Amino acid sequence: MIEINNLVVQIEDNRILNGLNLKVADGEVAAIMGPNGSGKSTLSYVIAGRQDYEVLDGEILLDGRNLLEMEPDQRAAAGVFLAFQYPLEIPGVGTMTFLKAALNAQRRARGEPELTTPELIKRVNAAGAKLEINRDFLKRALNVGFSGGEKKRMEILQMALLEPKFCILDETDSGLDIDALRIVSEGVNALRSADRSFLVITHYQRLLNHIVPDTVHVMADGRIVKTGGKELALELEKNGYADYRQPAAASAEAA
Amino acid sequence: MAAQVSVIRTAAETGLSELFDRLKGGLPGDVAVREQALSGFRERGLPHRRVEEFKYFDLRALMREAAPPAGRPGPTELALAFNQASAFADVPAARLTFVNGHLAGELSEISALPAGIEAISLADALASGDPRLAELGAVATAATNPVYQLNTAFLRDGAVIRIPAGLAPAQPLALRFVNTGASAFSTASRVLVLVEEGASVTVLESHEGPDGIGYQPNGVVEFVVGDRAQVKHVRLNAEGSDALALSTLTVKLGAEASFDTLNTVTGSQSARHQVFLMFAGENSRAAVDGVTLLKGSQHADSTLVVDHAVPHCTSRETFKTILDGDAKGVFQGKIIVRPHAQKTDGGMKSDTLLLSDGASMNNKPELEIFADDVVCGHGATCGALDEDLLFYLRSRGLPAREAESLLLQAFVGPPLEALENDAVRDGLVARVEGWLANRA
Repeated sequence: MIEINNLVVQIEDNRILNGLNLKVADGEVAAIMGPNGSGKSTLSYVIAGRQDYEVLDGEILLDGRNLLEMEPDQRAAAGVFLAFQYPLEIPGVGTMTFLKAALNAQRRARGEPELTTPELIKRVNAAGAKLEINRDFLKRALNVGFSGGEKKRMEILQMALLEPKFCILDETDSGLDIDALRIVSEGVNALRSADRSFLVITHYQRLLNHIVPDTVHVMADGRIVKTGGKELALELEKNGYADYRQPAAASAEAA
Repeated sequence: MAAQVSVIRTAAETGLSELFDRLKGGLPGDVAVREQALSGFRERGLPHRRVEEFKYFDLRALMREAAPPAGRPGPTELALAFNQASAFADVPAARLTFVNGHLAGELSEISALPAGIEAISLADALASGDPRLAELGAVATAATNPVYQLNTAFLRDGAVIRIPAGLAPAQPLALRFVNTGASAFSTASRVLVLVEEGASVTVLESHEGPDGIGYQPNGVVEFVVGDRAQVKHVRLNAEGSDALALSTLTVKLGAEASFDTLNTVTGSQSARHQVFLMFAGENSRAAVDGVTLLKGSQHADSTLVVDHAVPHCTSRETFKTILDGDAKGVFQGKIIVRPHAQKTDGGMKSDTLLLSDGASMNNKPELEIFADDVVCGHGATCGALDEDLLFYLRSRGLPAREAESLLLQAFVGPPLEALENDAVRDGLVARVEGWLANRA
């Protein structure tokens, strides 16, 4: 279970998260929706451990352990996985080399034996086939020359191989065509399990037709302002975020 | 009244002069050639930071003492040196070993060379007035270089190697320079490699020596490459921690010929590697590459002059430098395109990663173009590791150092991946990995 209490975060004197509270139970798929600039991506980066942010207050507990006290790689080994909105291209680093390094680094950190290359290849091929990933891509440098959809599939492939406890999908639907959206969603759905939870960040309800959430949270002005079931996403799609922008504007005026 | 200019000589300068006067009677070959080479030094002393080419490698300041020349090694030193040589050890190759600049183990090693390859020691060639020595000094841009001239004045030994026309030995020829000694010493060696028309050869060159000893090797390797010949040259500077290592590579390239050279530097306190390459025949190509990994207070200079003296030739220079600690890197590259050298295609690139606040790099790419129908470009970059890439890798579980190492290996990858000999490439990649592992 992930539990975020009173998280206050700023970057260069810009307050982005204002006492955010959120709980995602094991097995739960939680969606976060919200207008641009509400702090959704910041939340995902802060959970994963990116260093540009200044955490002023609060805690992020994964099964009781405070992630804020860990390095990004320790968080990964503890079970956090962030599927990036814009996965990075890494010239010169072969995709297989990278996958092996990542998997074995996590296994070492958890005191598990490292995977051999044949075992790794077996796992990668099995996971790759489900995501309809062309095997030639695995021979290339990581994400270099991949299309937007291919990069997102590569993110889900990593997620499948690393078997995290808590997965954050940061606008995974952006830049995807209908087919890629289906493949990526099926990949995610296949990973749903009783002891794995998801935080799905999105602007649009579209993705949530494919990855059906248990809970929907509306984020505005750096905090969760409304929580509901999957029907809340449909309501937002119809009415927009206008109702939730009000408090932000009001507080800005007050300031 | 005219001002009286008095030149103050440093201890090293005085020492070098005295050393030469004491030694010259016993050095092989024509002493007048040596005197001539030393005349610039006698006049101006060691090159220093006010001399443009030595602005970032102040030899007068770096060479505090003139170290005594290493004598011909005895059996104990030879055995020690052969045991210590580790560079390219896993590469199947024909080897020639030079201990403290002297060709060693001649009998066994020369007789084991592939059929057709000729080699004799340079000392013997000088003493006997070997006519092939007329090929020395074939590249004009090197002739006036002070480091090259010092080598000419003091040179003791080395080799003359001939790869006859059309010969293509299956294995590389490895020139192993092993230095050994318990106190400061200097060496001056030169190897002339004549690669005749249509021959094809890979030449490995390695330099190793003891840590903690302030020794001063000055080595020159000269290639004269015939028409349609192909040479791949891979050099490794793994000198000891306190070495002041000076080296020069000269290449005269015939028509429709090809020359690839890569210099890898991890060793030495201070190192300067100079490349002087001249296209003397049309439709030839050359690649001059460098991978330099420095830490602590190491200082390494890559200086090169590529002279397009004839039309229709292509040159590429790719230099990758990683600097940690307080290390200093220097890249000075010059491409000259002579007035009639039309259709020249030249491209030069130097990329540097700085891993610490104390590290510094001086990049000085230059183009001197006198022809009007050419394509030439140069570029230099200098920066830190990309934080976004590091975060991406770390978010997948890679600890900071491991993520850095992966990116650093990728950074120096291109010149290494271009090596065709698997064993040579794997050996150098392993050295890079070893260097990265030792950072932690």
